[in-house]
Amino acid sequence: MVAFYNEQFSSRLLIGTALYPSPAVMQQAIRASAAELVTVSVRRETAGGKTGDAFWSLIRELGVAVLPNTAGCHSVREAVTTAKLARELFGTSRIKLEVIADQETLQPDVIGLVEAAQILIKDGFDVYPYCTEDLGVAQRLVDAGCRVIMPWAAPIGSARGIVNRDALKLLRQRLPDITLVVDAGIGAPSHAAEALELGYDAVLLNTAVAKADDPVAMANAFRLAVDAGRAAFEAGLMTPRDFASPSTPVIGTPFWHAAS
Amino acid sequence: MRVTVNGEPKDVAATRVDTLLGELEFEGTHFAIAINYDVVPRARWSETEIAEGDMVEILTPRQGG
Repeated sequence: MVAFYNEQFSSRLLIGTALYPSPAVMQQAIRASAAELVTVSVRRETAGGKTGDAFWSLIRELGVAVLPNTAGCHSVREAVTTAKLARELFGTSRIKLEVIADQETLQPDVIGLVEAAQILIKDGFDVYPYCTEDLGVAQRLVDAGCRVIMPWAAPIGSARGIVNRDALKLLRQRLPDITLVVDAGIGAPSHAAEALELGYDAVLLNTAVAKADDPVAMANAFRLAVDAGRAAFEAGLMTPRDFASPSTPVIGTPFWHAAS
Repeated sequence: MRVTVNGEPKDVAATRVDTLLGELEFEGTHFAIAINYDVVPRARWSETEIAEGDMVEILTPRQGG
């Protein structure tokens, strides 16, 4: 089980609801992933439109918990208001907090992020901040009251996998009691497995599944990779070394004889 | 009265949130509303007044990552 604030989930895979080829494929992929927590957003409704109602009924059919995001927010004020709107709309105090600094790279504005997290934690939110791999920023988020930290592996939607492995390892070492989630940049199941092998508690991804040729099969592949990565972490990985060490016994090697 | 609804200027007769939704034909059931960055809970839609120049956001659940 993995703890997110006062909640426990058995799945270590959090999945997004965007970019799927159809609503039916979205539902099938989420089921195949076995994710129990899925990300959603709040957006403007058009007059007469029932887009929001239709989408919301699809999510409710799945019986999963939702993690609303503040995607697209570029200021503390926008992010805080969006979080409060999400709480009103979805009836949950979970919020995936995003404050974006740069439109091209979707790099988080970590200064605005810390400020928004402080405000929202005081207001009773369970904040899931999307941040960089910077340890100082993560510690400021923890100081603000965050019990979950979600550093990126690589820019959102880039599929590059873990770019700064050493920094992610350092976060794990320095924040042993915080729930750590690699969010963004995961492109392949092997990337997800790597995050879990590093001791991360979970991964959050969307594009890698939604944009696969077969999203449902890929969701299943990610489910297996996350389970494998976690099992490997719990089993304790051996320490890498620079030189060879034979695995086959040396004693009793045929034709062996002492050097003359 | 001129207000901004979801970023677009609108001339409306409604003076409260609930009548504004009806006038603009928002027919769904899952909305969250903010006026000038303040969230207006559903329970207060019938009593919350709208003023000239207000920025009204009418939002619904949507796909997200």
